[in-house]
Amino acid sequence: MAHSLVEVKNVSVSIDAKPVLHDVTLSIGKGETHVLMGPNGAGKSTLGNTLMGNPVYTLDSGSILFDGTDITHEGTDKRAKLGMFLSFQNPLEVPGITLEAFIRSALQQRTGEHVKLFQFQKDLKAAMALLNMDESYANRDLNVGFSGGERKKSEILQLLMLKPKFAILDETDSGLDVDAVRTVSKGIEEYQKQQDGALLIITHSTKILESLHVDHTHILVKGKLVKTGDGSLVQEINDHGFEQFIDAEGGKA
Amino acid sequence: MSGEDKTKTVVNDIDRSMYDFRYEESDKDFYRIKQGLTPEIVTQLSDQKQDPQWMREFRLKSLEIYNQLKEPDWGPDISGLHMDQIATYVRPNTKMQGDWKNVPQDIKDTFDKLGIPDAERKSLAGVGAQYDSELVYHNVRDEVAKEGVVYTDFESALKSPEYGEMVHTYFMQLVKPNDHKFAALHGAVWSGGSFVYVPKGVHLSFPLQSYFRLNAKGAGQFEHTLIIVDEGADLHFIEGCSAPKYNVANLHAGCVELYVGKNAHLRYSTIENWSKNMYNLNTKRARVEEGGTIEWVSGSFGSHISYLYPESDLVGEHARAEFTGITFAGNGQNLDTGAKMVHLAPHTSSVLTTKSISKGGGISTYRSAVYIAKNAKGSKASVSCQSLMLDSQSRSDTVPAMEILTDDADVGHEAKIGRISNEAVFYLMSRGISEEEARAMIVSGFANPVSKELPLEYAVEMNNLIRLEMKGTL
Repeated sequence: MAHSLVEVKNVSVSIDAKPVLHDVTLSIGKGETHVLMGPNGAGKSTLGNTLMGNPVYTLDSGSILFDGTDITHEGTDKRAKLGMFLSFQNPLEVPGITLEAFIRSALQQRTGEHVKLFQFQKDLKAAMALLNMDESYANRDLNVGFSGGERKKSEILQLLMLKPKFAILDETDSGLDVDAVRTVSKGIEEYQKQQDGALLIITHSTKILESLHVDHTHILVKGKLVKTGDGSLVQEINDHGFEQFIDAEGGKA
Repeated sequence: MSGEDKTKTVVNDIDRSMYDFRYEESDKDFYRIKQGLTPEIVTQLSDQKQDPQWMREFRLKSLEIYNQLKEPDWGPDISGLHMDQIATYVRPNTKMQGDWKNVPQDIKDTFDKLGIPDAERKSLAGVGAQYDSELVYHNVRDEVAKEGVVYTDFESALKSPEYGEMVHTYFMQLVKPNDHKFAALHGAVWSGGSFVYVPKGVHLSFPLQSYFRLNAKGAGQFEHTLIIVDEGADLHFIEGCSAPKYNVANLHAGCVELYVGKNAHLRYSTIENWSKNMYNLNTKRARVEEGGTIEWVSGSFGSHISYLYPESDLVGEHARAEFTGITFAGNGQNLDTGAKMVHLAPHTSSVLTTKSISKGGGISTYRSAVYIAKNAKGSKASVSCQSLMLDSQSRSDTVPAMEILTDDADVGHEAKIGRISNEAVFYLMSRGISEEEARAMIVSGFANPVSKELPLEYAVEMNNLIRLEMKGTL
């Protein structure tokens, strides 16, 4: 059995003193792909953001370990440097810095080493080609004026370039058309293959999972993990929805 | 981390040691006029400068106007400025030199530290360096002079048999002494500055640069810049200003008059980095003829108080003006900056883009005016101002005014005041970028559309300034 890369132990989280997650425990091994599903408002994004250390959320109890290090109280940049990554549901616009300059600067800060321009640009071009991204986006300001689809591609591009050990994909498929979902999936597959990268895919649809191998599926309802299963759970949700789990929680979400 | 904690951080000031470098002045080295402002002092100044008769009269007349006009009551408080404590004329004890070798050592050291002779060797067609009230060094490349380009200190132009008449014709006609109190003050005590004439059709491939350094304590600098770019000619002029910090008020009331001829093009770039005891009450104006273009690029970082609104008078059809400016107000600074666009002919156009940043309790006010005259049909004006406040003690205001007297004009306006979004900081940090660096990245990104318009060495300097400002924010 693989040594656990991510250990979430009894984590409870609140936002503005309002509890959102209750006693969540989760373990993700190296190279494993986990899916986190659940109805709207269940707390899926909260879990993703908590793992990445978003200061908006308050960790009331519990601990988080990454690659053997206790990161419960670590800052976001430190977590990223250890090899964590979050693909944002709504990637932010940062005017005045180009996508390319940003990725290069992030790489440099993560590794503390100078990134050689020639090889970097070659890699960037290849990754953009894989994602059907026009090369001109490299020289555009980070996410500024990007369509929803291009923003998500920009996230996956960053994933491919930064090569983390573990990536949380927060609703990467939302708002994408069928072709874009396929393209983004291709990028994620590439990350799985190349990096043996572990994933926590947060989604409430199943389109993005069609071409991806899934090891474990978790169902989150009203801030609690109500069910964990293997990849086949995805199919079950696809067929029957979340109804049975919501009922189990004693009411509609 | 709550939002509240974030907004209460204390930001360190810019490390200004580079600018604070100074030699103490001694009586032996300098001529310093008695402080204060009286007809006797102004006459004495004329004597010192050996003014022609018309200029002697002009100064005294301006002083009369100065005494009649009131201080502005609509902007930052300037009650800390006492004219009776300001020496209006401080002359370094040297003649203007055309060879860097001959500049006195202490002055040379000062400009060396600011990188002036270095910049000249690399990328300039000509350089002037003013130290307190007079230019101490001036040089123009031979090939530029051969094309008939005149670039000289103002006093030489005034007394020159060739250009004296031109100076007489144009001096303070665009900015008249009765324009406002500090224009009148300038008319009375101006000293130093540059005169530039670019003949018809001549394109300078390298910029000319003037550097103004106010070294004396409790003094004023009142340089006059007069630039005439004749029909179809093209010039880029750069001015830089700095001063070491003193604990008494210093005053800068310069005046810039730019004449842009038919189909001519002038780019006027300024980096102002006065020390934070400076009252910067500067007046700049351009007059643009048919098909001509004025481009202002302006970076305001220094001063205790600034009033600065370069004006473009578009007097010929299809004349164009662009103003791109950035203002950075830190602790103890109240910077009131902007621009004025005056459309006086049909099919004229103006684009006004400003960014302002305030931190550490600094106040940055954007003030602009766009005027489109009744006959200026088919004109276009667009105004965009954005402000970024780095903490909750700082302030940003925008005061845009518009007066459009024709229906046949296309006017756009956009204003945005904001803070650094914590969400954006989290986004950048999630990629492994430290919080300090993430904030610096957002601020320099905000400033980028303006900084990329600045001459390269200044753009680099500006980015360094922003980085220094951001250091220690956490």
